[in-house]
Amino acid sequence: MNGLSSRLVVEDLKIVLSGTSADVVDDVSFTVQAGEVLGLVGESGSGKTTVALALLAYQRRGLKLAGGKVLLDGQDLLTMSDDELRAVRGGKVSYVPQDPASALNPALTVGLQLRETLGAHRDQGQTTNSGRVAEVLAEAHLDASPEFLRRYPHQLSGGQQQRVAIAMAFACRPQLIVLDEPTTGLDVTTQRHVLDTIKTLCRSYGVAAVYVSHDLAVVGQLAQQVAVMYAGRLVEIGPTERIFGEPAHPYTRALLRCVPSQERSEVLEGIEGQAPRPGRRPQGCFFAPRCPDVLPVCRESPPPVIALHAGTQLVRCVRAAEHVEHGHGARIASAGHAGSSSDSELDVRRLNARYGARQVLFGVDVRVGPEECVAIVGESGSGKTTLARCVVGLHDNWTGNVDFCGEPLMKGVRRRTKGSLQRIQYVFQNPHTSLNPRKTVGQIVEQPLEHFSNFSPAEREQRVVAVLVDVSLSRDFLNRYPDQLSGGERQRVALARALVVEPDLLVCDEVTSALDVSVQAIIVELLRRLQRERNLAMLFITHNLALVRSVAQSVVVLSEGSVVEQGPVDEVLERPRNEYTIRLLEDIPKLAHTETNGR
Amino acid sequence: MRRREWLSVLTRAARTRRGTVGLALVGFVVAVAVGGPFVTRVSPTDFVIAPFSGPAPGAPLGGDALGRDVLARVLAGGWLLLLMAAAATLFGVVVGSAAGISAAYLRGRPDMLIMRSVDVLLAFPSLVFALMLVSIIGPKLWLIVLAVGLSHAPQVARVMRSSTLDISERDFVKAVELQGVKPRLIMAREILPNLITPLTVETGLRLTYSIIIIAGLSFLGFGQPPPAPNWGLMINENRIGLQLNPWAVVVPAALIAVLTVGTNTFSDAVARVALGVDRHAERITPLEAYALEAPR
Repeated sequence: MNGLSSRLVVEDLKIVLSGTSADVVDDVSFTVQAGEVLGLVGESGSGKTTVALALLAYQRRGLKLAGGKVLLDGQDLLTMSDDELRAVRGGKVSYVPQDPASALNPALTVGLQLRETLGAHRDQGQTTNSGRVAEVLAEAHLDASPEFLRRYPHQLSGGQQQRVAIAMAFACRPQLIVLDEPTTGLDVTTQRHVLDTIKTLCRSYGVAAVYVSHDLAVVGQLAQQVAVMYAGRLVEIGPTERIFGEPAHPYTRALLRCVPSQERSEVLEGIEGQAPRPGRRPQGCFFAPRCPDVLPVCRESPPPVIALHAGTQLVRCVRAAEHVEHGHGARIASAGHAGSSSDSELDVRRLNARYGARQVLFGVDVRVGPEECVAIVGESGSGKTTLARCVVGLHDNWTGNVDFCGEPLMKGVRRRTKGSLQRIQYVFQNPHTSLNPRKTVGQIVEQPLEHFSNFSPAEREQRVVAVLVDVSLSRDFLNRYPDQLSGGERQRVALARALVVEPDLLVCDEVTSALDVSVQAIIVELLRRLQRERNLAMLFITHNLALVRSVAQSVVVLSEGSVVEQGPVDEVLERPRNEYTIRLLEDIPKLAHTETNGR
Repeated sequence: MRRREWLSVLTRAARTRRGTVGLALVGFVVAVAVGGPFVTRVSPTDFVIAPFSGPAPGAPLGGDALGRDVLARVLAGGWLLLLMAAAATLFGVVVGSAAGISAAYLRGRPDMLIMRSVDVLLAFPSLVFALMLVSIIGPKLWLIVLAVGLSHAPQVARVMRSSTLDISERDFVKAVELQGVKPRLIMAREILPNLITPLTVETGLRLTYSIIIIAGLSFLGFGQPPPAPNWGLMINENRIGLQLNPWAVVVPAALIAVLTVGTNTFSDAVARVALGVDRHAERITPLEAYALEAPR
């Protein structure tokens, strides 16, 4: 890789926990050319955000730079004084944060914030500020009307907010732009628009970009090069098509297998275990404890960096040069239809729901047969969560019929019988807020048993342990607190809490959207197994159509509160009839690498 | 440590400089008030010396308005003040939290009813409120405790209400609601454990106010009736002889001052640790800081 013409060169970057020698990030080197996008991929805690912030010469509290260089057009950002950095940040290097809702100042109008950015770096100002503001907004496909500029961030949608953040980042024609998971909170359609915007802007202005994400499929849409991070090291870096086509590191291969696809219904394979934390990393290869192809030598000494394909692909693995078989996952023996369609477990007819004066659901019909899993798919704001909340009783402002096992369900939890509450269980989207931080896992899972049953304490504990084992946790977890668990483990605890009372219907509301792709795969597999073993009926709510194949037998597509299409999964995904469904399918980032190198 | 979060907050607060100083001040006054009655040999109600005579061999701090031993009265006159202050604080915090949590969790009409009563109570200055109750019913000790406690309840209720509003919107509360568990149990088992930190801070603050108000009431004569030794009462009894034997006024006044400064300083330290205002005070390690800020 020719270091001379590269826009960004990172050499041996090392960042430690301040006051210790425990490294968070070490030995990170890569280069990015002008106009090129590098995708930086890894699970939570892999150090990717730490690296991203280091590109702006910034470290989070508690972290300290211990060595390395970040050269932007030959200038080392890490040796600059604070004054010099202020001049560079926002001007030559800019940053797009993960959550635009908290990155934009809620007390200032959009226009003021944009002008502020432009005013801070005035070296290019031939045109007047207001002219530039309009130009910048137009680039991000936003409406530059005075009316729009007078709006406050909370008056914009999530996608618009993120585009404002992107417009701000591109406003001063930076040489380098760092994007930290800018589409994580967005639904697929908005995500696609945002990605397109980034792609065109980088290409037309020759901006070098580093795009941080945990989602390989998203990165594949955009990046020419992909760097995979694991436990603070780059484990593999190379051109996108190589990384996707011939991944050489076992971790990369595992990550690729986690990505669901709407074209193949295959068993998703997650990556069990979690990455070692700084200071507790093993000697030898950090990935060895989770690696399927591990050799004795891996546990003894750090793996060498091996160059493949004339140095375009670098891999930190002793077995990189071997040709390891990496076929695609096993096909599911046809998800098929379970149960007969005549009698249904849950029958929703002509459901209209409103929040205050605003109606969000319009005559929705959904039927879930016994032991059947129905996926509800739609963008954010389509009313899918409201549907779930009506079914479980969290929302009570609705009209229509919701029958469960032939009997009508009352509106609201208070009016329902204990029996119907027990038989329908709900799993929340975010496991970080759905578990009481002051209670142990044992107490959390036992709580519904205490309420719904008359078992003795010994019997209850036995059941709690049994259900924990069922969700692939163990007795050891009984006395832990939620903050000692990873995201995937928390979601399993939440599942255990729902399953411990042996429900007939499980309502899963976006249960994987707060999780890493690798963990998402594990949870989806777990759900599929549990549904089969426990003969559960399931309502699976998601914005990710690709996941539907892996879980559900039939699918309902919601748009703006109405059902636009429903039917068996194969039929809807392969022969979608509705325009909206077709667009939704097109918007899903795909792993197909042939798409990505079209320059 | 983990399970008893309030305990961990307290110990971490005690380790800060602010906390150590506060605790030492409180400890000194508590030692005097609690140990005092056991140390003194002279009865605090016996006439041993001429009124307002200065320090003498038999009476190191001299005599009071009626010729009683000031030291004996100082040693004997604090414990009841402490006890009443603690009881009033406990009462106020319990009633206030119950009201605040219920208002926030139940919303709607209960919220309105509770918070509007709180507004009415808030309209009275706490000392005036206590005086009013005492002058209606008479200077009973339990009534003073009740009145002072009740005057704290509105402020506590407001603080707890705002914390509860945040917590009760979290999914883990919804998860339990979905089982049809009674609101009373949800408040006690799911919400209350998450309010321990603000509760600890609020209790310390209220304790300081309790001491001031109860000592003030004693000074005004609404405490223990005269022959009994009592710091607040002593200041009033002896202030006419301030020039003759200042000790009789200065010592009880100083003890009350040190006590309130001590509780206030310590509760300030607790608040800082609990809210993470002052990271140095908290002595946070880099690993902890990383764990706090790293996205999970």
